Amino acid sequence: MTVRELAKTLSLTVLNEGDLDRAVTGGYCGDLLSWVMSRATAGDAWLSVIGNVNAIAVCVLADVSCLILCENAPFDEAAKARAATEGVTVLRSQRTAYDLAAAIEEQRKGM
Amino acid sequence: MKLQYTIPADDFTRAGEASAAVKATLKRLGFPSETIRRVAIAMYEGEINMVIHASGGEATVDIFPEKILMELADNGPGIPDIDKAMTEGFSTAPETARHLGFGAGMGLPNIKKYTDELTIHTELGKGTRLCMVVNVAQ
Ligand SMILES: Nc1ncnc2c1ncn2[C@@H]1O[C@H](COP(=O)(O)OP(=O)(O)O)[C@@H](O)[C@H]1O
Ligand SMILES: [Mg+2]
Repeated sequence: MTVRELAKTLSLTVLNEGDLDRAVTGGYCGDLLSWVMSRATAGDAWLSVIGNVNAIAVCVLADVSCLILCENAPFDEAAKARAATEGVTVLRSQRTAYDLAAAIEEQRKGM
Repeated sequence: MKLQYTIPADDFTRAGEASAAVKATLKRLGFPSETIRRVAIAMYEGEINMVIHASGGEATVDIFPEKILMELADNGPGIPDIDKAMTEGFSTAPETARHLGFGAGMGLPNIKKYTDELTIHTELGKGTRLCMVVNVAQ
């Protein structure tokens, strides 16, 4: 499943468009950057409520396929600028991380 | 090849620029992605620590075909108890840093995990110097 397909099926808002054709190979939930950096796997969809520049830096370091801001978490201007420069895909949903993770897994299994 | 960066004090928005630049350089030079990941994570954690716990500092990166050396030096307060600081979860980060997603107390443990050699020189009231070595995957 690609990031584009994921965004469409789960009705996620695209806040910044990176490589939407990249495959979503798994997922990781967490808001503590050190954990995410060391535990997320390349290609994961990262579910978090942290929408700042540091989160974008972590997306690049961990090489995740996208950042999904859960529960309509804020995405600040500096983060938007950095995401655009780095080509990081940022999506948003009003649903919780638990909800989204379950939905993503269901989609992934179906494919 | 030698790279040098100044890490600005108290600027969370700019922290990470040095590690991103190093990552880009290593990528251009064709280093294995696992090596790049280890260097970038160790360097980012070190950079963030200099911003949160000291008032910025200097980073020097030496790139050799078989290993990457990183030295991060600051003139901050120093680390009173290194064993404690190395413990997963131990953190003296202020609330402001926690709101940004930092302060998990996993920075130094991550650095230890991702480097092949780690030496910490620290003196109270003078500063801290981290020397890190990542061997290039064969
Ligand atoms: N450069 C530094 N100068 C002074 N103290 C530091 C420095 N780096 C780390 N420390 C101390 O070590 C503790 C643990 O660091 P770390 O594992 O990175 O966790 P965190 O940064 O999340 O607090 C910090 O909370 C701080 O007390
Ligand atoms: Mg830290």
